[in-house]
Amino acid sequence: MNHLLTMENLDRGTLESLLDEADDFAEVLTRPIPKVPALRGKTVATMFFEPSTRTRMSFEKAAKALSADTVSFSPGTSALSKGESLKDTVLTVRAMGVDLMIVRHQATGAPWRIAEWLDIPIINGGDGAHQHPTQALLDCLTIRQRFGSLDGLTIAIVGDVKHSRVARSDIFAMTALGAKVILVGPSTLLPLDPEAWPVTVTSNLDEVLDAVDVVYLLRVQTERGGASVFPSLAEYAVKYGMNTERLARLRPDAVVMHPGPMNRGVEIGYDVADDDRSLVLQQVTNGIAVRMAVLFRLIGGEQDA
Amino acid sequence: MRQVMSETELGRVTRRIAHEIVERNHGTENIVLVGILTRGKPFAERIAKVLSEIEGRPVLPGSLDIGMYRDDLDTRPKTRIGPTNIPESIDGRTVILADDVLFTGRTIRAALDALTDLGRPGAVQLAVVVDRGHRQLPIRADFVGKNIPTAAAERVSVRFEEIDGADGVWIDAGVEE
Repeated sequence: MNHLLTMENLDRGTLESLLDEADDFAEVLTRPIPKVPALRGKTVATMFFEPSTRTRMSFEKAAKALSADTVSFSPGTSALSKGESLKDTVLTVRAMGVDLMIVRHQATGAPWRIAEWLDIPIINGGDGAHQHPTQALLDCLTIRQRFGSLDGLTIAIVGDVKHSRVARSDIFAMTALGAKVILVGPSTLLPLDPEAWPVTVTSNLDEVLDAVDVVYLLRVQTERGGASVFPSLAEYAVKYGMNTERLARLRPDAVVMHPGPMNRGVEIGYDVADDDRSLVLQQVTNGIAVRMAVLFRLIGGEQDA
Repeated sequence: MRQVMSETELGRVTRRIAHEIVERNHGTENIVLVGILTRGKPFAERIAKVLSEIEGRPVLPGSLDIGMYRDDLDTRPKTRIGPTNIPESIDGRTVILADDVLFTGRTIRAALDALTDLGRPGAVQLAVVVDRGHRQLPIRADFVGKNIPTAAAERVSVRFEEIDGADGVWIDAGVEE
């Protein structure tokens, strides 16, 4: 593995070995000093051309837990605002001696372009509405810890699939690990060609509630125009929001997940987010462990020739 | 490949080392026994079993993964890290590190770093099945099962039933330079 750009081409064995290693690193994070010297002397750059709280902090925490140094880039305060091109920006940062770059960009494919320009591993930290591979890994780790395996599980991904890079990554990872995925949402937010994906689709959340093991709620992405294709947020909440009444109709061992940031009261009810069956905070904690596993895989130890 | 220690001898040195630990530390109250993964773990478990018998109070062995602390991480094949699991706090206690073979001393240096990240032991002692010489660091063992002079190219393998299917110590000529 030279880069982590997408979940589309990862086979089951690679996914499982990454999750196994993430479980190992989760144990490291419970130690009195949750830090190991594995990446001492390496420098990791977080290049976030689009805002982020949890992903950037999670990568930085993961890098620091492996004793790597971190440098970070934010477009607002950088020479990008003076007109420097993307290519010059990343070449400049590379020339400072970084060993790996984590890239988030609003344009689909930007991490691939950067991977062509540079000679170091690139991790896609989210590109447009396309892919967000470490999110898929942390989701699968969280589900695996809860159920032991994804084999045979049914997972409903609910909401704004159209604008969701999380969904695009999760669909490939979850089905590769043996789960069945149902996409649920208003038809304007579902893919136009669902038969091209390994999924089934429905616009009726209530009819699948008692058939699923995991309800994975997507954020309504108002900044990508997600709210302009249905009548109102209130109507969305009535038809697709995970409220306490719907929670009660799930199977007793079913769980609720959300990649964050949550719009409480829209896609997830205020009380549901804090319910015992919500794995939202466990997802956040697992994010650090899977990012440690990915960083260590890409720049730790002897590299594949 | 020739055998240099039988199953019976391995059992005997384990019991002797357990008695030496008790004598040196005036009992087992203040000690925490920690096996370095992979084969220090079964060694620590066996010492713990003898210690529990001779002192009449249970000694719980721990395990320590040092993979992330090695100084040659960049040049060796990647291996999965194992679980570090130490059942008690090591602060102020005497930690007895157990490992199968003492060779260059680099594993023990890594283990001392790993221990430092878990707390501040009052003292650290080292128990090994075999000391084969060729130290590259100023490190020595407190309890040694057997000193075996070796050539640098030789390979010493200490085997335990629970991992390898048999107990004993073997030497392999290795690749002559």
